[in-house]
Amino acid sequence: MTPDQSLLDLSDTFFSIAVALYSVALVAFCAQLAFGRRPERARELVGAGGVPAVVGDDGVADGTADRGAQRRAQRWGSLAIAVTVLAALAHAGVLVCRALALDRLPWGNMYEFATAVVLVSVVAYVVLALRSQALRHIGVFVLAPVVLGMVGIGLFLYVEGAPLVAALRSAWLGIHVTAAILGFGIFLVSGIASVLYLVRSKDEAKPAEERGSGFVARLPESSVLDRLAHRTAVFGFPIWTFAVIAGAIWAESAWGRFWGWDPKETWSFIAWVVYAGYLHARTTAGWRGRPAAWVNVVGLMVMIFNLTFVNLVSSGLHSYGGK
Amino acid sequence: MTTTAPPREAPAPPPPARPSAGRRVAGRLLGWWRRLTAMRTAIVLLFLLALAAVPGSLLPQRSLSQTNVRQYFADHPDLAPVLDRLYLFDVFSSPWFAAVYLLLFISLIGCVVPRAVEHARALRAAPPPAPRNLLRLPDSGEVATPLAPVAALDVVEEELRVRRYRVVRRGDDLSAEKGYLKETGNLLFHLSLIALLLGLAGGKLWGYEGSILVTEGDGFCNSFQQYDTYSAGPLIDTGDLSPTCVTLENFEAEYEPDLTASSFTADIRYGGPNEEGRPTTIGVNDPLRSAGDRLYVTGHGFSPEFSVTLPDGQVFEKISVPFLPSDPQTMASEGALKLPDVGGDTQLALEGFFAPTGLVQGGVLTSIDPRPLDPRVAVVAYQGYLGLDSGIPQSVYSLDASQIERGRLVEAGAANLSVGESMTLEDGTVITFSGFQEFAAMQYSHDPGQVWVLVSAIALLTGLLGLLLLRRERVFARAAPAPDGGGTVLTLASLTRGSGESAPRFAALTDDLRAALAARTSPLPEVSPRDS
Ligand code: HEM
Repeated sequence: MTPDQSLLDLSDTFFSIAVALYSVALVAFCAQLAFGRRPERARELVGAGGVPAVVGDDGVADGTADRGAQRRAQRWGSLAIAVTVLAALAHAGVLVCRALALDRLPWGNMYEFATAVVLVSVVAYVVLALRSQALRHIGVFVLAPVVLGMVGIGLFLYVEGAPLVAALRSAWLGIHVTAAILGFGIFLVSGIASVLYLVRSKDEAKPAEERGSGFVARLPESSVLDRLAHRTAVFGFPIWTFAVIAGAIWAESAWGRFWGWDPKETWSFIAWVVYAGYLHARTTAGWRGRPAAWVNVVGLMVMIFNLTFVNLVSSGLHSYGGK
Repeated sequence: MTTTAPPREAPAPPPPARPSAGRRVAGRLLGWWRRLTAMRTAIVLLFLLALAAVPGSLLPQRSLSQTNVRQYFADHPDLAPVLDRLYLFDVFSSPWFAAVYLLLFISLIGCVVPRAVEHARALRAAPPPAPRNLLRLPDSGEVATPLAPVAALDVVEEELRVRRYRVVRRGDDLSAEKGYLKETGNLLFHLSLIALLLGLAGGKLWGYEGSILVTEGDGFCNSFQQYDTYSAGPLIDTGDLSPTCVTLENFEAEYEPDLTASSFTADIRYGGPNEEGRPTTIGVNDPLRSAGDRLYVTGHGFSPEFSVTLPDGQVFEKISVPFLPSDPQTMASEGALKLPDVGGDTQLALEGFFAPTGLVQGGVLTSIDPRPLDPRVAVVAYQGYLGLDSGIPQSVYSLDASQIERGRLVEAGAANLSVGESMTLEDGTVITFSGFQEFAAMQYSHDPGQVWVLVSAIALLTGLLGLLLLRRERVFARAAPAPDGGGTVLTLASLTRGSGESAPRFAALTDDLRAALAARTSPLPEVSPRDS
């Protein structure tokens, strides 16, 4: 069938809208951080952070603080979340329009795949942030990579909508690639949480008077970040496991063997092993805390390497590529 | 969060029993064994495994592409032999890669088997006694009730049983536990890893794979002599190959309007030797599976066909050879035709470029469409000595460039030809491009471990879901008479292993128990909604 060009154009427009809205949300998240009052040390010793959202999940102000600034920060935070949701809708529109125009799943090449991964990360983050006020404070650190990622995808990975190549015409595209996108998107959130955990826990280890006063102080407590990283990894790991297994089943019918150490297969395996290492590290004395978080960060780097370098530079059987 | 659970090290297995061999040796062995089966070692080994796989993706591998490895040797003549000695072109079958995963698996077995034994015992045993000081547990609290201690514990027991806890009472203590499936999932997951490795190993030892290019109308039988390339496990016996023969009757490639390939299908017949064979169609993502063997179409291409008329009038009709596609988008293909037996002393060879739909611009032929709408070839003819009997193996798809460099093969003419056109060499030899045939690249595979691997993978995923999603919870209760003499104070505590936050769950449980106790003490008890 011939693709519907107007829908394809609409998809591209949605892409621009999504990037623009994410940028607006990013600014709003920055404003939230800027207006949120820095925790005061005296009160911190009592065990309560000055920014109530950091402490309680419900954002109850602690009475003595100037509520005005906090309310303003909270208003910026809500605005940021709202704009993020709008951006995510436009972002979903990119994929939906492609799917309609081409009458196929919108993950037939790297542009579409990467776009979908970022969307999963955003949705995962929004869901978490809606459930826990504390996580709204890390919006900047989620949206900044999102905006960067989207711009990179638009600049370097963009391809015109086109029909699928024969090898991708299989029900396994829907199964394997969907699982890979979900797993990848969730691991991204997990990795960001671990990076922030590393920053925050380093700060917390310092004596009170040497602690950072900038954004570090406004991050959620390290235990919140650590739990977020672990929970998302626990959620992502079986999905990623399933993606690898489904990929092997597909490879058996498409390439004549279920596993052949093709570069993409190799790096998916490496990522799987690293995340298994992370889950172990979390429950092993001597590895808990910062070492485990570093493992998760390595996992994130492996995933990104797998998406970028392996797809674009090494030649394998996976027919995604820049073009 | 698992912070409530005490850190769990791998339980030490019993020492290798050798009573008289000296305690120190046994002690040291035990020490090593403990260290190997500790979780910390497992983590380090997991990293080593990840690290060990890296060169396998960054350097060309023989198992993936012999050609790329040869190219690497040509590009890095000094470095390549060194890397080769380190098995860096065969990473995944190298001894050091095997050492890492075997150590990991020994560690795994040493870690998991004792746990499985312990778990089997725990499945039958009663929940452990309540710790002495319940209020030390992170999730704990007290509930007062006017009921007598025994009656209060009865209520707690009933409530917990409804929630599928296993409950045991020891005097004024109550212990309850649920979620054994989590540990079962953990064991299933880790044991499946071992099963998966065994399946992989079996497939490698007893499996084989052969590939061949088959022109339409031709066929092959499943034997290693016939394949262009093959690989076979060390335990495979050539006599074991199933006696299947395959004929390619027709190959069809279809394209979208924008020339994206939409499907490749091959109509084949297959069956025993000298049988007519059953007809079937195979294609991309759709192999033939029969009796443990699989047959795939992995690619396709064109074989241009030439006829050669020598000056003395001798005619060689319809000589064709597969040209390998160099650009899958346009099916531009390259290949070589070697005719060592043509024309006495001087051998003849053609090297060329085939375009299914050719466009000649400024004397250069390019391909603009993968469909054979207007096939053309650009050929260069050489005469001289091909060097085929020199003992050095040559690619069948290209000429030996060193023979040309040394002047033993001399260019004797070049032309762009459409079907039916000819070129005449200086000595009067006439070469005609007479047509083309289509070939399919086929692969015949046998992997007896495959189903075993699939089953292990499914078990692995099931175990993983149980391990990660289920919770193992212990609840303890202790009844003591209230200090003022009326009723009972219940001390409640819980211990959770696994994901999820335990505090809110404990709070909910406590609330439910309080409500149930209250329902029993109300003067006119209604029919308890929880009675089951
Ligand atoms: C191929 C290697 C291995 C993989 C992929 C693997 C994977 C996993 C995963 C994903 C978990 C779940 C972690 C969690 O509860 O969040 C786990 C738990 C566990 N693994 Fe492994 N494992 C491997 C090897 C080992 C080895 C060698 C040992 C023993 C030394 C081991 C012992 C354990 C134990 C005891 C747990 C339970 C941790 C807990 O429940 O808190 N594993 N494993």
